[in-house]
Amino acid sequence: MGFFTDTSVCIGCKACEVACKEWNAVPEDGLEFTGMSYDNTQGLGADTWRHVAFIEQDRPVSTRPDDGTVPSADGNGGMRWLMASDVCKHCTHAACLDVCPTGSLFRTEFGTVVVQEDICNGCGYCIPACPYGVIDQRKGDGRAWKCTLCYDRLGVGMEPACAKACPTDSIQYGPLDELRERAAMRVDQLHDMGVEDARLYGHDPEDGVGGDGAFFLLLDEPEVYGLPPDPVVTTRDLPSMWRHAGAAAAALAGGLAAVFAAHGLRDHGLRGGTR
Amino acid sequence: MSTSDVGREGVRGARPDREAMIGQGGHPPDGRGGRRRGRRGEKAMVPDAEFGSYYGKPILNPPVWKAADIAGYFFLGGLAGAGSVLAAGSQLTGRPAAARALKISSLAAISGSTAALIHDLGRPGRFYNMLRVMKPTSPMSMGSWLLAAYGPAAGAAAVLDVTGLFPRLGRAATAGAAVLGPGVAAYTAVLAADTAVPAWHEGYRELPFVFVGSAAVAASGMALAAAPPRETAPMRTAALCGAALELGATKLMERRLGLVAENYREGTGGRLMRAARALTVAGAAGGALLGGQSRTAAVLGGAALLAGSACTRFGVFHAGIRSAEDPKYTVVPQRERIRAREAEPA
Ligand code: SF4
Ligand code: SF4
Repeated sequence: MGFFTDTSVCIGCKACEVACKEWNAVPEDGLEFTGMSYDNTQGLGADTWRHVAFIEQDRPVSTRPDDGTVPSADGNGGMRWLMASDVCKHCTHAACLDVCPTGSLFRTEFGTVVVQEDICNGCGYCIPACPYGVIDQRKGDGRAWKCTLCYDRLGVGMEPACAKACPTDSIQYGPLDELRERAAMRVDQLHDMGVEDARLYGHDPEDGVGGDGAFFLLLDEPEVYGLPPDPVVTTRDLPSMWRHAGAAAAALAGGLAAVFAAHGLRDHGLRGGTR
Repeated sequence: MSTSDVGREGVRGARPDREAMIGQGGHPPDGRGGRRRGRRGEKAMVPDAEFGSYYGKPILNPPVWKAADIAGYFFLGGLAGAGSVLAAGSQLTGRPAAARALKISSLAAISGSTAALIHDLGRPGRFYNMLRVMKPTSPMSMGSWLLAAYGPAAGAAAVLDVTGLFPRLGRAATAGAAVLGPGVAAYTAVLAADTAVPAWHEGYRELPFVFVGSAAVAASGMALAAAPPRETAPMRTAALCGAALELGATKLMERRLGLVAENYREGTGGRLMRAARALTVAGAAGGALLGGQSRTAAVLGGAALLAGSACTRFGVFHAGIRSAEDPKYTVVPQRERIRAREAEPA
């Protein structure tokens, strides 16, 4: 089960952000004026499990402004807003889960990734491990927090709070196969309408994280939304990392043994002492 | 209060038309990323990387680890691990004073590194949590188990040497610590590399060699400073070899990292890496050439080596933080990866 977030219909109402906070009792995390368009939460973190990005761009809404379907301002091309509700991707190969030394992060029966706050010991390892910058440490608490995909709601057959609250169905919850099918249809539809920039992100089970349990329809490059263009689960290279570390450890032991062998016993060694 | 005035000729005194300020999200107007290099008029060696970003905000959540705790943990782990190997070597080759000094320094260092780890976790009880499971996919879990085996061995080696009790057990503990020591020195490189932090992850092949080289530098520096010169000849050679390995591996790593290597040359990380190089070269040269004759030279050289090794660990740490905070180092290499992949089948 997972999320499909269709950003092309997002109206930036932040109902999802609010519903998530309400349902999960996530503490307030500062009401700042950021100057980043209408974004006052800035990004995902320990106390923001859904984040609505507002991107103001100096570009027309449609890439075919002359076909009459989408009005554009003038010769300058006008401007557009991209709005997107971001969330934990619930990676198929989740780096956060792999590196957690306590087993606090686990995979649920719904295929999602959840932190057990009573087991997390606040080592903070999962935080730099996440290639999407999702999970974070709560100040003054020390433990790691992130979206649970409303594990408690799924358990009783309800949809997640954000999907329930979304008035435009920009956030859709359901079985991933079904969502992927629907997403592909929507991309075709948008392409037919002349929105050639429409593309899916995180839908491919062959990608660096084995596909995301939460994937997106975007209208521009992922990095424009603050998403990495080609994320890879860091533990993919772990066997090679251990091999290199093993070689380095052997080099240290072997090298120092050779040094002692070269110097020999102090009493007999040529350079054993200068006295 | 309105300042415009509507008359026969139309509106007078109206505010001039102006364009709405369109934000810096996405592709900035000049087509470049949020931050630029070459602020102080220095000449950029590489053309500015163009990339899109979300208001220049980081893509990754940078590590929340405190530098003093975790970089200190890396340094002390290296000092302890390599020190145990040198202690065993010294003991086997008839250098008892050096062996004792190194065993004590290893015990002190590993205690210090455990304290640093616990300080970072916040509560001592949390260290026991680390031993709840054994997870090969988690370098921190494997490291905790390694520490749990190495710590007591290093401790027994030191205590039994100083007290002179149970010499056979002491020898076994010394050997055990020497076998586990290189692992303690090297695994911290995997700990750092197994993250999405660009300056750490992309350097995963060379980083363990940087770390063990730096560990050898630290431990031989400790021996130079703490043991009589007549016993430290192998340690002087080890300092030279360790320094060569560390500096060579760092060079290789920077070459592989490309754009991301900037983090090892600029900012706090860059300053620390430069200091590390200077201290290590000076300490190795001075300690190796003069440390055999003069106790003062040995102590000074040893101190320089220790400081150099510490600077390397703090330098690597800060380079990683810097690379995680700037979206450029996440986006540009990933874009290049996509481009290379797309070019491949053609
Ligand atoms: S997006 Fe990050 S926090 Fe979420 S499952 Fe993937 S690795 Fe874990
Ligand atoms: S901070 Fe908590 S959830 Fe994250 S890796 Fe450490 S123990 Fe696991």
